[in-house]
This record gives sequence, C-alpha cells and structure tokens, in this order.
Amino acid sequence: MSTVAVIDYGMGNLRSVCKALEHVAPTARVFLTADPDALVRADRVVFPGQGAIGGCIAELDRLSLRAAVLQVMDNKPFLGICLGLQALYDFSEEGGGTRGLGVLPGRVALFPSERMRDARSGQVLKVPHMGWNQVRQVADHPLWRGIDQDARFYFVHSYYADAGDRGQVMAVTEYGIRFTSAAGRENIFAVQFHPEKSQQAGLKLLENFVSWDGTA
Amino acid sequence: MGLSKRVIPCLDVDNGRVVKGVRFVDIRDAGDPVEIARRYDQQGADEITFLDITASSDNRRTMVHVVEAMAEQVFIPLTVGGGIRQIEDVRRMLVAGADKVAINTAAVANPEFVQEAAGHFGSQCIVVAIDAKQVKAGDSPRWEVFTHGGRRATGIDAVSWALRMTEYGAGEILLTSMDRDGTRDGFDLALVRTVCDAVPIPVIASGGVGNLDHLVDGILQGHADAVLAASIFHFGEYTVGDAKRRMAECGIEVRL
Repeated sequence: MSTVAVIDYGMGNLRSVCKALEHVAPTARVFLTADPDALVRADRVVFPGQGAIGGCIAELDRLSLRAAVLQVMDNKPFLGICLGLQALYDFSEEGGGTRGLGVLPGRVALFPSERMRDARSGQVLKVPHMGWNQVRQVADHPLWRGIDQDARFYFVHSYYADAGDRGQVMAVTEYGIRFTSAAGRENIFAVQFHPEKSQQAGLKLLENFVSWDGTA
Repeated sequence: MGLSKRVIPCLDVDNGRVVKGVRFVDIRDAGDPVEIARRYDQQGADEITFLDITASSDNRRTMVHVVEAMAEQVFIPLTVGGGIRQIEDVRRMLVAGADKVAINTAAVANPEFVQEAAGHFGSQCIVVAIDAKQVKAGDSPRWEVFTHGGRRATGIDAVSWALRMTEYGAGEILLTSMDRDGTRDGFDLALVRTVCDAVPIPVIASGGVGNLDHLVDGILQGHADAVLAASIFHFGEYTVGDAKRRMAECGIEVRL
C-alpha cells in the first residue's frame, strides 16, 4: 500500500489536507507524523503550513525534523503547500527576517499593499491575498495534468515567493504584482495556494501528486 | 484576470440543524448543515460559513461533529462562528476541520483575545465578526458595535473597531448590519463602503440580501471583497450559480 506522510509540526489545518488526500487516494495510507523515521519511510511527503514562517522553522528544529525533511526532498515525491512553499526558499522578510530551508533559491517578501491597485476599480488591494485567483501554468508538469490553464485556486497569504531561478517556476499568479504560485524541481513541487480547499482543481492536483513518480 | 469576488452562503446552525431567523424571531428549520453545504459546494460556493447560534455546551459539541463531517466531504474553506471565546475553542474548531473562526462577542469583551488567537494560529484564520447598527443618520452617519445577537449596545464606533481589530491581527472582517439582517432590503451600503474603504484587510458584507442585485451592489457600491447571504439560497429561490452569473453580467470577476 502506498503511504503519504503529512508533516505534523503543529501548524495549520492538517485535517483538511489529510481528508482531501484520503478522498483522492482511497487505497493509500495517509498519516500525520512528527516522527523523522516515519517520514523517511513514507513513499511520498506533504509539507503543509499556515501561520508565521519563524514558528514553522523553529518547530521543525524543535521536533528534530529538519534533517529528515531535507533528506526526503532528495528523492521522494514532495509537495509543499502555502508556508510549505515559502519555507523552501533561502530567506523570508517575515518576522524581521527568517532563514528558510534554502532548497530553492529566492526570497519571500510582503505584498507591497500600498502600491497595489485593482486594475479595474482602482481600489487598493487588500492583504492578505484571500480568495480564488487564477494560476497560469508556465511549465509542463505531471501535477498540472487535467487542470485547465488559468484555473482558480484558493489562496490566503500576505507574503509571496520571488523565485531566484525562473526555471523552477511552475506557475504565476497576478495580485497587484506577478508572483510565483507554484515552484519545483525534480521530485519537489510546491504551491502557494491550498489544493485541499480548491474544490475540483485542487483535488485533481492532489490526485496527480499521489500517482506522481517524482520525475518532471 | 485576478482575484475573484467571493459568494459565501451562511448557515445558522442550532443544535446541529440549519435555521434562519428573521430578526432572530421567526426561526424556520432548513435542514442538515452538511447536506446543505455540499449542495452549495456543487453550485460553486467560494466558502461556507457556519454560525453556531446554540447556547448550551452540549450543543456546542454537536457543532464540532458537524464541522468534522463537513471537512470530510466539502473541499472549500469553512468558517465557523458563534461561541468562540477562548484559545481552546479556536483550536477545537481548527482541529475539527474549520479553516477560520469568527470571533464576535469575545473580541468586544476582551480585545486581546484576538491578538492572542492571531499570534497562536495566524491571522489567516481569524475573522472578526462585527454586528453594527446605525446610531446617527445624515451626512456623517455613525454605526455602533452591538453584541449578543444585536441586543446589547457597546458604545464602540464600528469603523474604529474594525481598524483596531486589524491592528490586533484579524485577517478578515465579517460585517453584519443589524438594521438589515433578515429584512431582505439589501445591504447597508454606506456602512459596507465606509468599513471596506477604511481597513486594509478583506471585508465580507452581510445582512439584508433579498435578491441577486443586492449582491452586485455590495461589491460595486459597497466595495466588499465578499458577500454573504443565507435565506435567498436556503429556500431554493436562487442558486449560488445564479448569483455568480448575475455578478459576472455586471462585470464582477467571479469563479464560475
């Protein structure tokens, strides 16, 4: 039986992620874990997250998960969600500056809300960026299979990723500025939106993930 | 291309059943919350809000089960409000499967609770619900915050309260006009616009929707980021899809 480990480091709504994975992969075993060994033994790993990045990195270290997380990113199909995308970069502006896991080159910055205006109404754009926005796929990838170009996914975040390597950008989204809404390389894929809350499009992405062999 | 405006059906839940009161008096039973939420999800609802209007703690436990059942079947964001008074209440709802909690009375009683909750769980899951009533009409209208289902005045100005809650870490405001709630006369557009233009976070307009044009007005005239309605959807008058098509016809970006 295929196993999917969801990293449980006390952040965010993990139940939703598990339920959505179980929904698309009824024969897989989906489990929450904070055990580094269990993570390393799983066939594939999901790194979800909400809240503040400083707390996320600190919890990974407190639970001695950092090494296992880096290890599984070497070869297993790996999906980062929301903060699980932002944490992969070198650095985030959040919390006065936080070092990330440094798996992808680039940095995470706060939306410059005072400079962001709606093209149609001229109104100042609100932060957090909350709701359903379009995802423009800029690279072919097995995880996009069966998902329409510019499909809408559910977002909720105040910081955005500014990828340092354009070749690692899998999708972009517009909200006042254009930002990286999906990124990856080899066996790693990460999304800024919440597939577990994005109805059909999101479930399709998770379904693609649980059958993905980790090659792009 | 860009962020769409959200349509959020709201379910008032009492002891595990959906009800909708007209000015909180005429309460009609409208059904099973999970079943109704699934229907709205299929119609294209962008989120679902459950407001727990139960008073007793036994019935609050029922609500946790409703949220758990919902999380297994409906994969769009869920906000739960009503009776959220302590960090443990927030945690229980998030663990059960809610994405956000709406805090109302407890925020007024203890504003630091909002700060604490946002600090613990992140602003993205903290919605501050504001029930506002107009207390001064004319050229410079004024609205005050009310609690306990609109029965208790607080003397707090609604606009400055919304700003203060933003500073305290709220990620979103759910703004209900107690003058309009249940009337089907449309949103209090002056209230909605005043608050929406004042705060940097998203605002959900609520209270008074009686037809689809009211939803359009809430966005175009009220500048709301999302519109919430209950009765127009519950009794089958309109589907969420009808609402979105009407909004799209009026040039509003929606997820169809």
